[in-house]
Amino acid sequence: MDEKIKLPEDAFQPVGKDDKLDDEKIAAPSRTFLQDAWHRLKENKAAFISMWILIIIALFAFTSPITAPNPNSANPDYANLPPKIPGVNINGFNGTSIQGGQRVDQYKANNVPESKHFILGTDYLGRSLGQRILHGTMISLLIGLFATLIDLLIGVGYGIISAWKGGVVDLVMQRIIEIMQSIPNIVIMVLLLLVIKGGILPIILAIAINEWTTMARLTRAQTLQLKSQEYVLAAQTLGESSGKIAMKHLLPNLSSVIIIQTMFTIPAAIFFEAFLSYIGIGIQAPIASLGTLINDGQRNFQFLPFQMWYPAIVLAIIMIAFNILADGLRDAFDPRTSRH
Amino acid sequence: MVKYLARRIFYLILTMFLIASVTFFLMKLMPGTPLNNQAKLTASQIHTIYQQYGLDKPLWQQYVTYIVNAVQGNFGTSFQFSNQAVSYLIGSRIGPSAIIGAQGMILGVILGICTGSLSAIRKNTWVDGTANIISILGLSIPSFVFAILLQYYFGLKLQLFPVAGWGGFASTILPTIALAASPFATTSRFVRTEMVDVMGSDYIELARAKGLSRFGIVFHHALRNSLIPLVTVIGPLAVGIMTGSMVVENIFSIPGIGEQFVKSILVNDYPTIMGVTLLYSGLLCLVLLITDIVYGIIDPRIRLSGKGE
Repeated sequence: MDEKIKLPEDAFQPVGKDDKLDDEKIAAPSRTFLQDAWHRLKENKAAFISMWILIIIALFAFTSPITAPNPNSANPDYANLPPKIPGVNINGFNGTSIQGGQRVDQYKANNVPESKHFILGTDYLGRSLGQRILHGTMISLLIGLFATLIDLLIGVGYGIISAWKGGVVDLVMQRIIEIMQSIPNIVIMVLLLLVIKGGILPIILAIAINEWTTMARLTRAQTLQLKSQEYVLAAQTLGESSGKIAMKHLLPNLSSVIIIQTMFTIPAAIFFEAFLSYIGIGIQAPIASLGTLINDGQRNFQFLPFQMWYPAIVLAIIMIAFNILADGLRDAFDPRTSRH
Repeated sequence: MVKYLARRIFYLILTMFLIASVTFFLMKLMPGTPLNNQAKLTASQIHTIYQQYGLDKPLWQQYVTYIVNAVQGNFGTSFQFSNQAVSYLIGSRIGPSAIIGAQGMILGVILGICTGSLSAIRKNTWVDGTANIISILGLSIPSFVFAILLQYYFGLKLQLFPVAGWGGFASTILPTIALAASPFATTSRFVRTEMVDVMGSDYIELARAKGLSRFGIVFHHALRNSLIPLVTVIGPLAVGIMTGSMVVENIFSIPGIGEQFVKSILVNDYPTIMGVTLLYSGLLCLVLLITDIVYGIIDPRIRLSGKGE
């Protein structure tokens, strides 16, 4: 058995790194926190659909200056026409309405030219309801977005400063918030609007001033937690300025709280705008918002229900979609407190 | 406890004073005068009217008079109805508002507790889904739209209840339902979240392991503990009721405070606006104070003195 076993050179081959044998391998692609949240949001069907509905509504609304250029052009001859979609012969969409117990083609009765039709009908001044709804949606969304933006800037800034400074500053700032919160929002909004009358800007300010306290409280609570985290302490020890710590360390970690609260604030702002316009101290004529359209439509609700139904439906869809999306975002960012 | 109470009451008084001052100066900044036909009046007539209402005195004097009177419960005379004291006006209108407000709150909260706990027990089933949809609808549909629809379909078309007006229990039903929508939605969502939390806790597991009936677990253990935090949302719910009452009372023509407030806004009736503002703020402050105290009593885990958060 002295004979050496002769093996050809290619008898042994390196096995190579087999992926299957690597116990430590991370099977799924690594995702950042935001990607993770996005993935969870996509799995929540209702929230995902709501997001797309909102995007579509926003697209329609913000292109309305081009697609619906004349929301305010009144024509008394065409007043209170029911909806008419050419080629559709369903009661409610064919330009007919019941008058004195009979169905009457209002377009013929008012001598409206054959080529002229209003998909969602007209209001009491003969203005196209469809165009006014598009325009009103844009105004309502703008007010909601800008009020939320101001609310965000004040609330987040206030919350971070209050928590970061601590001590007496925190105490005083918290007492101010407590006082602000024990005043009924709506009363202060009304008083502010009485002093600075009319226009979109005062309404945005009035809504923003009343909405920031919740944001400030949430931001403060979260910042208090972050304040004692190692990476913040390290940054402090290394001599980083407070402003930079706030921007680079606190804000990114606060982002989920802020985004969720923002999504709850936007519908609240839209609701308050509609409410103010409804009781007659919000947007002034001839500018339309969903609130003023509902208010106008309500007067004729018994005879021309479509004038209130359409703007009310649009408002309700926007509110529902925002609320579902906000719920979904909360679950996506914070799966521990998830509803399911 | 006494120290805490004293501090809270001090803050309450401070808050009310601040609100009174802010309202006063905001009202003074307001454009327009309470005079109806200023052009038709001579200078001396205007002077007489101003004298009658004390509007000719310097601002600080008006302010001091106002605060002193307000402390005594006197908010001046309404500009809208001659010779009617605001406190009398409010006093005569507070009844209907209180009735529909209280009814709306109670109905909303009770329904909310039922729906919320039901959907927590039947988590992730169709019951939960339906309850979720209903509460999101309640949260999303503005109270004025809901009120108009109720009025039209149940009042006018089906003629089940009076369309509008005030008189008897029947006329309070539709406004109560309209007001109950928002507290219902809030309570239902809140109770569900709390209940799901509680149902996963150890003592519920223990109760189940001991063989307690499902009914016993839910009513004796889960519900009690998940209702305690509900006290904290009563403040926000009260605000919702106040906001809602302004439009709901208007729609159903109920002679209440909210309806009067909206009317006063539209005709620049400063004293009434200020009176109602103080009333609303005072009520809210009181509700917040009471809920905080009650919360401390029913949940000993909350330490009243060291309440920073």
